[in-house]
Amino acid sequence: MAKEWVEMTSEEKHEALFARWMAPKDPEGNDLKFQSPQAEEAFKERITRIKDAIQMKKLPDRVPVFVTPSFFPAYYAGITPQEAMYDYDKCCMAFKKFIMDFEPDGNLGALVPGPGKFFEILDYKLYSWPGHGVAPEQSYQCNEGEYMKADEYDALIEDPSNYFTHSYLPRVFGKLDGFQMLPALTGILEMYGVAVNFIPFGLPPVQATYKALFDAGAEALKWMGAMGAFNGEVTAAGFPIIAAGFTKAPFDVIGDTLRGTRGIMVDMYRQPDKLLEAMDRLTPIMIKMGVSTAMMAGHPIIFMPLHKGADGFLSDEQFKKFYWPTFKKVMMGLIAEGVVPMPAAEGHWTTRLEVMSDLPKGKTLWMIDQSDIAKAKKTIGKVGCLFGNVPSDLLVVGTPQQVKDYVKNLIDTCAKGGGYIVSNGAFFDQAKPENVHAMVDAAREYGVY
Amino acid sequence: MAKDLCKTLADLKEDEVLAIVQEKLNAGADPMGILADASRAMEIVGNRFSKSEYFIPDLVYSGEILKKINELVKPKLTEEVGTKKGGKVIIGTVAGDIHDIGKDIVVFMLDVNGFDVIDLGVDVPAQKFVDKIKETSAPVVGLSGFLTLAYDSMKQTIEAIKAAGLRDNTKVMIGGGQMSDEIKKYTGADAFGKDAMVGVSLAREWTGTK
Repeated sequence: MAKEWVEMTSEEKHEALFARWMAPKDPEGNDLKFQSPQAEEAFKERITRIKDAIQMKKLPDRVPVFVTPSFFPAYYAGITPQEAMYDYDKCCMAFKKFIMDFEPDGNLGALVPGPGKFFEILDYKLYSWPGHGVAPEQSYQCNEGEYMKADEYDALIEDPSNYFTHSYLPRVFGKLDGFQMLPALTGILEMYGVAVNFIPFGLPPVQATYKALFDAGAEALKWMGAMGAFNGEVTAAGFPIIAAGFTKAPFDVIGDTLRGTRGIMVDMYRQPDKLLEAMDRLTPIMIKMGVSTAMMAGHPIIFMPLHKGADGFLSDEQFKKFYWPTFKKVMMGLIAEGVVPMPAAEGHWTTRLEVMSDLPKGKTLWMIDQSDIAKAKKTIGKVGCLFGNVPSDLLVVGTPQQVKDYVKNLIDTCAKGGGYIVSNGAFFDQAKPENVHAMVDAAREYGVY
Repeated sequence: MAKDLCKTLADLKEDEVLAIVQEKLNAGADPMGILADASRAMEIVGNRFSKSEYFIPDLVYSGEILKKINELVKPKLTEEVGTKKGGKVIIGTVAGDIHDIGKDIVVFMLDVNGFDVIDLGVDVPAQKFVDKIKETSAPVVGLSGFLTLAYDSMKQTIEAIKAAGLRDNTKVMIGGGQMSDEIKKYTGADAFGKDAMVGVSLAREWTGTK
């Protein structure tokens, strides 16, 4: 690279990350060997198509198409979600079959199922997963709770890492119980008294926690080995993975897994200032999380699942006061480092579209589900690229012709001037395969500019 | 004299509400009267929610304040709080799905509108719905689900109700994140409610409540 990263403008960083995505490396750091010259060409064409849609500077050759499922590839390949979570090879086989059969311009890789054994080793309580609280043929689901108590804002604000270690993590992972006994590492300063800080590491509960961590780490590595090989394979076959990793809007960080929906809603009335302060505290942490993942992966796009800001979940005033300011700051922080935030607005967000349009042009990629898509095009669509809106129910109970008609209408509504990608609107488990094919085919048929 | 409890609670002024309740109790007021005021206030909250003046956080917060009122009033209660007189509605999130936020909103809205709501919770097996219908003769069943996987669970639940010979006397509504009229047809339900207010009007219509 001619210019050092720190010297680059945001625009240069943005281009540099796209350039790295376009030139993938193998695990040894050499240029990845594509399956064939055709695969390499297809890979570059797909990324160019996606890049043009995102940047909104020139029209892509045609409207790109994403297929972004949850557990659909498992069902489609005839395995259960449980098998996908516990047998990494089967999981990769299923997701590979899915990508090869449907040939989307962008896919989400095979990370969705995650490593079942890893969750077991640490006794993960935050989710129920197949065989652990839900049936083997169901997807995993979150067990919401007040994992952070109402009176713990000060502890979170004072030292988020310490709070996560001592309070939050032991509550969501049964096996991390020993973390509660750990010393504050900032007390480790000089010869005098230093050994006192290490006493907890000699105690059985802490040692049991570390033993579990070593096992969990080994399992995570094993899983990542399978995922890395998978990524290499599908990339070599010409299929780009859309996102490098994820970060979150600070309101969702607290509202999803720390205080829970009820907790955060009541906090807006009982302790609004603490909530606002905590979200400010989390903002740079969420920016760093996204930027460092993008840098490490050499990929410009960072996924942001949006949850508790949806229509009805907050009043307009609450949305503007509690949700949007720090969500926007996280996005602007990512954009400043050349990263493209990819917020996924599952469900309905129609009443938020106007507020969320206050962003620089050509820097964001929005997954839109059931929001009014015409309005989305006229608001966020003026500054950011949209994908989605093909409904889950249509993919399950519709006919291929209905799906095609729906997509044609979407292209008529959204594709003019670029900045639109055909896709399902929500991360789906079930669908008729012929309907998913119809969605992809319709993008190719009707989406040529 | 203390301010109007009903209005203060409907306006979600927690500190004032609790002060009023305490003052009333200290003055020897009838605890049942306090609960009646609170119940009228919750009706207003529900009403404001259906007019989009209130949103989900307001419902949740009003419920939290109500809990605190109950804590204050409970030790003074001498008689049992009467059961609801409105029609019976059985609600639950279908088998395999553990999402509850949407279901809880519907339960709240039915409750403040006078229905006797039997909440079966989440991940409810089809048989449990069937058993509850037999036990209570509730004429209305609400099936909640968030995932696309819930489509089949809903379908199976309705089939089980049918197989038990209870379908003719039971109206079934469905609701949740990825539900629609198309899914209503797929599952064999009688109606799809796009939000909690539709759920309330369906229950009204089916139970013959005004």
